[in-house]
Amino acid sequence: MAKEMPKIGGVFVQMEDEIASISATIGASMAGKISMTATSGPGFSLMQENIGYAIMAEIPVVIVNVMRVGPSTGIPTAPSQGDVMQAKYGSHGDYPIIVLCPSDVVDSYLLTAKAFYLAEKYRTSVIVLSDEIVGHMREGVDLPEVEEVKKNMPVIGKGKKIHYTGLANEKGFAIYEPEKYEKLIKRLYDKIENAKDVVSYKVENPDAKTIIFAYGSPYRTAKAVLKLAKNVGVFKAETLFPFPEKALRKVAKNAERIIVPEMNVGKIVKEVERVVGDSCEVVSVTKLAQLIDPYTILRVIENG
Amino acid sequence: MGDIKEVKEYLTNLPHTWCAGCGNGIVLGAFIRAFRESGIDEDKLVVVSGIGCSGRVTQYLNFDAIHTTHGRALAFATGIKLANPELKVVVMMGDGDALAIGGNHFIHAARRNIDLTAIIFNNSVYGMTGGQLSPTSPINTKTTTTPYGNFENPFNIAELAIAAGATYVARWTTYHAKQLKKSIKEALLHKGFSVVEAIAGCPTQQKVKPAEILRFQKSIKPLGVFKREEKEEYVEKYLKLVKSLESNLETEKL
Repeated sequence: MAKEMPKIGGVFVQMEDEIASISATIGASMAGKISMTATSGPGFSLMQENIGYAIMAEIPVVIVNVMRVGPSTGIPTAPSQGDVMQAKYGSHGDYPIIVLCPSDVVDSYLLTAKAFYLAEKYRTSVIVLSDEIVGHMREGVDLPEVEEVKKNMPVIGKGKKIHYTGLANEKGFAIYEPEKYEKLIKRLYDKIENAKDVVSYKVENPDAKTIIFAYGSPYRTAKAVLKLAKNVGVFKAETLFPFPEKALRKVAKNAERIIVPEMNVGKIVKEVERVVGDSCEVVSVTKLAQLIDPYTILRVIENG
Repeated sequence: MGDIKEVKEYLTNLPHTWCAGCGNGIVLGAFIRAFRESGIDEDKLVVVSGIGCSGRVTQYLNFDAIHTTHGRALAFATGIKLANPELKVVVMMGDGDALAIGGNHFIHAARRNIDLTAIIFNNSVYGMTGGQLSPTSPINTKTTTTPYGNFENPFNIAELAIAAGATYVARWTTYHAKQLKKSIKEALLHKGFSVVEAIAGCPTQQKVKPAEILRFQKSIKPLGVFKREEKEEYVEKYLKLVKSLESNLETEKL
């Protein structure tokens, strides 16, 4: 980025810390530019306060978090998916958030483009939640064209006398009445959770008895299992939050069992249980600090 | 200063929440007057603030104005300036805001010599949250968090700014409103990171009458402009780089 941005008239700046990075990213967005920042777990923790700011002030920004093992310094830089709930709940207060999970290089490209599109369209923070394996992945790819993203908000410097604030506000000015606050928060939730173009997923063999629900690099593992086992399908969640409830419920109708491989102690499996736990068996497969190999999942399938 | 009508043109969303006798209004008045004299286009001026009593200024100023999070105003402002170098970005912070939670951003903005103007409302106390110790509270001060007196040495804002690389640094008090206005004007017209420390009183938390605070401010030393240096500024350097890369690309095409 440092090398490429100035070549296309863009700007790259290395700020003094991750709090400064997210702040400058939000500032650049307010001043009319499409902007993003990237980090891993420790930096993502530092950014949380202002991720909430961007949601409250309705400023579009894209934050890439390439997950690594934690907590704290953990094992630098072993793979992990331990930050999934931090991505959803990391900032304080009640707020909705969009979290996209790439599984390979093409995904990293397309979902980052989608993140910019959604951030600008809905004026919100969008997290691209990658992991160490996807982040370091090298492979031959064909990259399709993506649509140019346009600013969808009043920007400063145009004489409009805009006021942006992190206070609960109506059109930039503070509100203190609980009723108005509730209305504001409901509107923020509504614009994300009822949007038609936020949730994306892919399903392979939807009629199979066993479905593997995967996001991030374990999706690659799930694809390998597809080749090795019969009567197995895969649900690939590209949007992790808002959680793809409707689509998962539909797939679960025909399934007997849903296997959820994750590189954490088993976090998204709780979401899967919440959504489809009453209609089929949900099995958690976890590995810490390393990729889940296909045979681990195969053994679960074969041993029932 | 018989220009109240003109000053009021730049104020909005009143009444304000500041206490009677608060020094913030004098600093804000000095800023508006300095801006009027500077000749800067009002549509190209952005005010950025953090959290605290000083942070409230953005609600009252009729400019593009950004109320950010505690301590982060300078980092937001850096993004704004880089995204639109045409803008004059003025960052208004309190002493706790700028030097405790935001201390890292303060020294790094100075180090970059980025073209921002920082106005620090220094009342040596966390006024809004109940009179806690700030990094500029004098030694031995009793505050709500130092009931037995403060053992820590205060920052000298001007010296810190100079050491970190700021290229315009001045200090005045609210007693010296005219000199304060002049320095803010010079800071607005300065290219590079400029810092104006405005020593202000907090009668509510310091439990001193406003008139006494002003009388005391008469004796504060040293005051004045401590640094004025012409030095290439960060954003200009970046834009030069962009231009040279563009012309390289064009030569390659030919």
